[in-house]
Amino acid sequence: MSTIVNGAGKVVDFVDQRITASNWLKRNLRKVFPDHWSFLLGEIALFSFIIIVLSGVFLTFWFKPSMAHIVYEGGYAPMRGQGMSEAYASTLELSFEVRGGLLMRQVHHWGALIFLAAMSAHMLRVFFTGAFRKPREMNWLVGVTLLFLGVAAGFTGYSLPDDLLSGTGLRIIEGGMLAIPVVGTYLSSFLFGGEYPGDDIVSRLYPLHILVFPGLIIAMVTAHLMMLWYQKHTHWGGPGKSNENVVGAPFFPVYVAKAGGFQFIVFGVIVLLAATVQINPVWFWGPYDPAVVSAGTQPDWYVGFLDGALRVMPPLEFEIFGHPLTLSVLIPAIVLPGLILTPLALYPWLEQKATGDTREHHVLDRPRNQPVRTGIGVAFITFYVQLWIAGGNDFFATILNVPVNWITRFIQVGLFVLTGLAFWVTKRICLGLQRRDRDLVMHGRETGIIMVSPDGEFSEMHAPLEQGDAYSLTWHERQAPYEPGPATDANGIPNPNYRTERRRARLSRFYFGDVVQKPTADELEAAHHEGHHAVESGHEHDELTSGQQ
Amino acid sequence: MFSTPTGRSGRTRRRTLSTWRRHPLAAVFVLIAMLFTTGGAYAALAPKSEDLQAASSTKIQEGKELFAIGCASCHGLGGEGQVREDGTVIGPSLIGVGAAAVDFQVGTGRMPMAAPGAQAQRKPVAYTDAQIEALAAYVASLAPGPELPEEQYLDVSEGNVARGGQLFRTNCAQCHNTTGQGGALSMGKFAPSLTGVEPKHMYEAMVTGPQAMPVFSDETLTPEDKQDIISFLKSVEEEPNPGGLGIGRVGPVAEGLWAWLIGIGLLIGTATWVVTRSSKS
Repeated sequence: MSTIVNGAGKVVDFVDQRITASNWLKRNLRKVFPDHWSFLLGEIALFSFIIIVLSGVFLTFWFKPSMAHIVYEGGYAPMRGQGMSEAYASTLELSFEVRGGLLMRQVHHWGALIFLAAMSAHMLRVFFTGAFRKPREMNWLVGVTLLFLGVAAGFTGYSLPDDLLSGTGLRIIEGGMLAIPVVGTYLSSFLFGGEYPGDDIVSRLYPLHILVFPGLIIAMVTAHLMMLWYQKHTHWGGPGKSNENVVGAPFFPVYVAKAGGFQFIVFGVIVLLAATVQINPVWFWGPYDPAVVSAGTQPDWYVGFLDGALRVMPPLEFEIFGHPLTLSVLIPAIVLPGLILTPLALYPWLEQKATGDTREHHVLDRPRNQPVRTGIGVAFITFYVQLWIAGGNDFFATILNVPVNWITRFIQVGLFVLTGLAFWVTKRICLGLQRRDRDLVMHGRETGIIMVSPDGEFSEMHAPLEQGDAYSLTWHERQAPYEPGPATDANGIPNPNYRTERRRARLSRFYFGDVVQKPTADELEAAHHEGHHAVESGHEHDELTSGQQ
Repeated sequence: MFSTPTGRSGRTRRRTLSTWRRHPLAAVFVLIAMLFTTGGAYAALAPKSEDLQAASSTKIQEGKELFAIGCASCHGLGGEGQVREDGTVIGPSLIGVGAAAVDFQVGTGRMPMAAPGAQAQRKPVAYTDAQIEALAAYVASLAPGPELPEEQYLDVSEGNVARGGQLFRTNCAQCHNTTGQGGALSMGKFAPSLTGVEPKHMYEAMVTGPQAMPVFSDETLTPEDKQDIISFLKSVEEEPNPGGLGIGRVGPVAEGLWAWLIGIGLLIGTATWVVTRSSKS
């Protein structure tokens, strides 16, 4: 034993004397990571990306990115004698003749769906907990870029097999491009190498899919993790946790073991899905033929919102100097993604504008303590999910047995009404939860013990919270809306910044005007005194407690 | 008389026959002989036409009676259809729709309709096979229309599946989906799922164009084309899902739901489990 340790020590010492890494290692191996299930969402994305890359490499060995027309003579009888592209034929070969090929295709595809779903869930977690605040705004931007790259990688992959679904998807992309004024026709012509569909698109998407997008994703993931490492992970507030520390387990050995184990769980779940649930059976869709389109054609879920936007957009087209301006395609296909992505990317700065808060934050917000931010997030989810449903409106019409036109009309209205309603309802729920927290802190838990006073009055006894629990509910800051200064100073000189200040105040009131503040020390003292009084003598406290509800 | 030359050598017979042919009464004789032969053969072989006529007219009569009870309230007593004053159709005219339309509509339970709606729904069949036959005979007697399909085109083992698939994708998939799962059309109309539909009914639907479906006449799709399409549909129906659960074979919507509900759901479940494992560092 000791010889092994001595031997290993000698090797380590040899290396350390030359690259002097032991200090660095000592510091970094003990790096602390907090534990919470929601912190693993990003890891699901990372690990599913790894399995996508691995299975993707396998697929490249057989896939032929060529649109050369051939007559299929392969192993799948119901297609024999049919004209198709080499890309589609090699996908059939992968599915039916290559050993393990179908499993690998399904691992790749399920992995992709889960990768994007995990990224989205991770992003929502970061949003709702305020983890994007200073100093992590740049990492938020990197994250938004990753999501965009993920969608791009997914869509280029979806388009490769040259089956009926993927070709129809490309046709819609082409339509979106054509709707761009002035340059649209050129863009489409450059991408497809002439008229759609041409013979080039698959061989052009291929390097984008297997080299450019994955390469950029790996670069961005590296940047993402380096920043995370440098800035340290955020943690939830509570006793012993502050803006100056991170409470959790050290990277080595605990976190390495957990993350390593979790990696295999993610692999396992994806392979389990791939082995038991069929995905994208291209042999049923048939080879792509520009003259053919199938009912129930949808893109993969992460592009579904765009398809949905196209489906619910009312017809709108103008003619300008003899050139059509097809707003019914331009708005949903080109403008809408920009309208979603830009505020998403800039949100940290937008919120900073409202709060005026430029301090660093390492402790996460509970969503209820930011009612407006949480409301905005839920409103966005509502908006997005409706577009999603719209993208499958024919599917849902069949399932629910209602006319597809009703679903479309419902969503046309809902995109405005339900989205607004979701904001309002979520904000009210948050305020309600805040009020409940405040009540808990001031009056303690309900014990279920009913007291009867000598004068016959019934009242419930409240037990005070544990110190730690009370701290968890009250560590957050008081959020007073910003007040603009007077329009003129004491000498009647107008404040040159008054308009800006007033605008900022309005924004600040929007964010914090309705927030239920945690009790002040005096209020707490008074409430405890009341409560004490109540337990002791059991009268004259009802107005106050019930009035608080 | 033809039997006389038998037994002689061919050459003599030919000579004898040619001499007979020049006989002045030869033509008369041949005519008489032919008349007797055809007449006798017809009498022996032809179906009893009176019986047949009687049977078919009883069937039409029976069909007419069934029609008057079950169909005439919407389609009119003579199958001429009924239209309200404001132009809404109560029941379309059935003159010229043919036996195939009746066999399809009644044979799949679509007719009689349970309630007026965007489209007649498939439901349990209300009539017996004999009754459907009678109804079909009656409607077919109103005016010529598509006949019942010939048996030979319904044999799905004979069709070319690959070609049928191509024809199906080109002509049918835009409403019925590439695997015949069906799909939604405007205002509550829909293309039904073709899984489990009898070859006969598929054929009849193509020639008659029920509900929102266009007619695929024999000029558009030959009977052999139709046979290929039906063979393809039956082949897809029987084809297993090599990748595991089929989840409806409807593509990305179902797949997305699975990725979120099952995939991310399971992973978040395991993530919660991972963080609850106590760690002693």
